[in-house]
Amino acid sequence: MNAIDASDLQVVLGGRPVVRGVDLTVPSGQVLALLGANGSGKSTLVRGLLGVVPLAAGSVHLLGEPLGRATPWQRIGYVPQRMAAGGGVPATALEIVVSGLLHGRRLRPPRDRRARATAALEKLGVGHLRDRRVQEMSGGQQQRVLIARALVREPALLVLDEPTSGVDVPTQETFVAALSGLRDAGTTVVVILHELGAFTPLIDRAVVLRHGRVVHDGPPPAARGEHGEAGHDHTHPHADPEQPLEGPDLTLEVAP
Amino acid sequence: MTGWEQVLTMLGSPLMQRAIIAAVLVGAAAPVVGTFLVQRRMALMGDGVGHVALTGVALGWLVGSWAAISPADTLAVPGAVIAAIVGSVVIELVRERGRTSGDLALAIMFYGGIAGGVLLMNLAGGTNASLMGYLFGSISTVSTQDLWWTAALAVLVLCVGVGLRGALFAVSHDEEFARASGLPVRLLSMVVATLAALTVTIAMRVVGVLLVSALMIVPVAIAQLYARSFGRTMAVASGIGTTVSVVGLVVTYWRDIPPGATIVVLAIVVYAAAAVLQPLLTRRHADSDPHPDMSDDVVVPASDPDCATPAGSAAGEPGTSVR
Repeated sequence: MNAIDASDLQVVLGGRPVVRGVDLTVPSGQVLALLGANGSGKSTLVRGLLGVVPLAAGSVHLLGEPLGRATPWQRIGYVPQRMAAGGGVPATALEIVVSGLLHGRRLRPPRDRRARATAALEKLGVGHLRDRRVQEMSGGQQQRVLIARALVREPALLVLDEPTSGVDVPTQETFVAALSGLRDAGTTVVVILHELGAFTPLIDRAVVLRHGRVVHDGPPPAARGEHGEAGHDHTHPHADPEQPLEGPDLTLEVAP
Repeated sequence: MTGWEQVLTMLGSPLMQRAIIAAVLVGAAAPVVGTFLVQRRMALMGDGVGHVALTGVALGWLVGSWAAISPADTLAVPGAVIAAIVGSVVIELVRERGRTSGDLALAIMFYGGIAGGVLLMNLAGGTNASLMGYLFGSISTVSTQDLWWTAALAVLVLCVGVGLRGALFAVSHDEEFARASGLPVRLLSMVVATLAALTVTIAMRVVGVLLVSALMIVPVAIAQLYARSFGRTMAVASGIGTTVSVVGLVVTYWRDIPPGATIVVLAIVVYAAAAVLQPLLTRRHADSDPHPDMSDDVVVPASDPDCATPAGSAAGEPGTSVR
């Protein structure tokens, strides 16, 4: 069975086509990296696959069921790029992770919510932060809480949106360790990455998007130049200009 | 008369009994809904719904006077309930679309609500006094029938708001994640909007449509200064809402001042005091390292002699305190 089966996916946001005719099949147990520049449509593709944004066209099957009411939501975990800011009402890590126990078929958390949420937080090394306000935590700690929220369901399909952006090195290593454990247990993982970095040994397959289309699907591409060196940590924030959606790419060179 | 006898006299008055029950119910229910609204960054929603509810009140009067129902305001509360639900659903739909032009549409709706309410009330034969009662509250004139409405709606709001707080928190905190979990986001958002509408209509009696939002929001603002968790914020806010409503009401038993305004001013005074005291009461945490468990990303010679030799360790190796 395929964990994800999507064909001819199109997403239009604000009148602009962001994902344009993507076919994606992810067999169970695979670890897939979704790569591409900022604005290439990686996040939007994933959000379309999970029903966060509406699809303009195409069909999606998750774990064998069509996207919608029939989807086995209790077996799908999603880790967004960052913690939602909220309106300033405090929330503890425990409360955030317990909200991960709710899904399309369960509107009230189960009785053993505390134990399950605590175990998920401990797995990510933040068990001691259980009763702390998430608003007071560092970016890396918040990211761990978000991953715990996705893992508390014990998902068969885990989708992560740039889990390492703005996260310190020890936290990245925790994530890689957690993901390799999940892979060994047969979990399908789709992870959006800016570059493979520490995840390289885990990745079975890479899909590269450019302007909303798949331009590469196969073994992970080699990183360019110095990015490929062992031990190169490349976690600075990118602020690339938005790519034009249509027409040829224009390159302008200035003579010295 | 001694102070104790005065309290007994006050509690013996049926008027005051009804008013106190209404104040307790509204004071407890309003901040529960307010917590979700603050989390959704919709603290002003109650205000808008209140404005629209006034038109509903006036329409209820108008229908009542046409149908020659007596007393004329029998249909005022049902009218307010309907108008408030319609108004809050429209606000929620505009929010969901996320359009900037929606801001303007809402503003027009709110002003239309107040202006239409005042105009229709006049056509229905309402007096300025009855209008003032709805604008700023008239808790001291709560009838038994009003009390039943208030009690039923407050219990409904409390049951749904507390019973579904997990799902409502999930949707209010992170809508994207809620969608990716298959939660019925739109339905749950509408539940919050409807709860806000019902709260507005019951709080209208206590503090009036113009101050409704204060009773929903100010207790939450006080509670979140001190509480760590969402659940605790909600519980503390509910307690504060009940306390200021009852205290404000009791004050007006002895001094002839408007109860609605007294309750709101009292809540704001508590907020000011809580905000001033907060840094003093929480300073003791300031000295501790907020992230004692984190290994040090940047390796410096003072703590780690190895880093003096650049080729010694890989650049990405964490510092000395890795678990």
